[in-house]
Amino acid sequence: MSGKMKIATIVAGVAVVVVLTLVFPPFRTYQLATVGAYLCVTAGLTVLTGLNGQLSLGHGALMATGAYTLALSVNAGWPLTAAFAAALVVTTVIGGVVGLAAARLRGPYLAGLTLAVAVVVPAITSTFDGTFNSDQGLSVALEPPPGTVTVEQWQAWLAWGAALIVLVLLQLLIGGRFGRELKAVRDDETAARLAGVGVARTQVLAFVVSAACAGIGGALFAVLAQSVSPGAFPLSLSLFLVMAIVIGGLGSLAGAAWGAVLLVALPALAHTVTEGIDAQRLEGNLPLALFGVTLIVVMLAAPGGIAALRPFKRSPFKRSPFTKAGLRPLRKRSKA
Amino acid sequence: MTALLRTESLTAGYGAAPVLHEVDLDVNTGSITAVLGANGAGKTTLLRTLSGLLPATHGRVLLDGKDLRGVRVEEMVRRGVAHVPEGRGVVTELTVDENLRLGGLWRKDRADVRKAMTEVYELFEPLARRRKFPGHQLSGGERQLLALGRALVGRPRLLLLDEPSLGLAPKITAQIMTLLGTLRDRSGLTVLLVEQNVRGALAIADEAVVLALGRVVTRGTDIDDEMRHAYLGF
Repeated sequence: MSGKMKIATIVAGVAVVVVLTLVFPPFRTYQLATVGAYLCVTAGLTVLTGLNGQLSLGHGALMATGAYTLALSVNAGWPLTAAFAAALVVTTVIGGVVGLAAARLRGPYLAGLTLAVAVVVPAITSTFDGTFNSDQGLSVALEPPPGTVTVEQWQAWLAWGAALIVLVLLQLLIGGRFGRELKAVRDDETAARLAGVGVARTQVLAFVVSAACAGIGGALFAVLAQSVSPGAFPLSLSLFLVMAIVIGGLGSLAGAAWGAVLLVALPALAHTVTEGIDAQRLEGNLPLALFGVTLIVVMLAAPGGIAALRPFKRSPFKRSPFTKAGLRPLRKRSKA
Repeated sequence: MTALLRTESLTAGYGAAPVLHEVDLDVNTGSITAVLGANGAGKTTLLRTLSGLLPATHGRVLLDGKDLRGVRVEEMVRRGVAHVPEGRGVVTELTVDENLRLGGLWRKDRADVRKAMTEVYELFEPLARRRKFPGHQLSGGERQLLALGRALVGRPRLLLLDEPSLGLAPKITAQIMTLLGTLRDRSGLTVLLVEQNVRGALAIADEAVVLALGRVVTRGTDIDDEMRHAYLGF
């Protein structure tokens, strides 16, 4: 698919979602909004991990950074757009700092560093509890949506509007020169350097882009929940994000979209199951188990992730059932 | 002729053990210099040090009389030095086309990059047939051609070639050798060629340098029989 086609697909996909928000009941619309918020994060993460090969287990913390910045800005009386801009700037700066350190680390050491970033969030909120209000977190006082729009629709439009901007910008970035640089650095640092690509610069830039996306996603979560607390960004969220992009299909925006859907659908499924069998104590752990099972099944059935599945594309090596049965095809295929 | 590349007492190695010892070298503009020697003589290390992949522990490298100390690897290509490492240098997840573009990514003159790519496709016909193939689907020989092609897209002044014949059919190797000679004559390309295929390399080289245990043992336009027996084994 060409770059223009991909952007057209993104725009069409978002348009379909916006139409769905008009017909869905409020709860489903809220879930759609959550998918949009997650999509901002997974899209950025898949560029970092899938295309640039840097594993980050700390994106939950970057989301928290975006969420807290938005909450503090809104509560200080800033308009919502300015608060989003602030969230973007702060996470970009923090992403740059983490990225500078990350560019010097490889493999498990990089994962260790980013893991530490994820773990540190509750400690920061309780150390500076005058600002972040410790475990209780902050509530976000938002103005009501304009006109007759319901809160859920407004949230969904915000989330998917942001997702649209993030996806189109990312597609433009990875479809061009930057995308080739990312892949070159991931595959062979020596070859990339010999071709004149600055390895450290590319890695830091990838981290910054990815952090900015996570910041926007986090800020959206603050808008959706109308509150922020460290409990909303646990370590397991960071791990879920990585699992989601792997299951969805690493390195592709379509995979990130599948991942975002799973991040909302699997916990909802777990909730339905625990309700059905009256086992409330399972509820906290079942999503983890479901994610694990999904990861195993998808990796066995489709190692490239859900986005790499092509159920309707015929393999050139497979014979059609007609020829297998000794029947001649109805039409002769034109010779290419 | 003036020396495009000069090394003075160049010493380099891995960890505490030096591999190259006090190497003095002059490579003239528009010439092909063959670097010969047995395995472990330091040929690859010499090229890695020249392109900046390995820092020199002592001595210096001069390009056009300018000291290259502290110049980053990714900067070298902008100064006209292209290094094609041994059996590598291809990004396997990128297609042939993308790999070639990668070689010209740093260049401002986009039109000339396209022209250079067309020339590479004309030179290396096997690559032209596989433009949309990812690097990992190429044969070893095709990858070697691609690595060389990628270096040429940058229109280098100095080409550091590490065993271009690795994994290639003798016919293709001969074509590459002829091509290097043509590029030298036509565009004044300077080549430092590390090669195990001694006869092929000597056939086109203007000068040969023989390394043994990291030291230059002989150099010149003609390697005499005694030296050949002693260091090259034929």
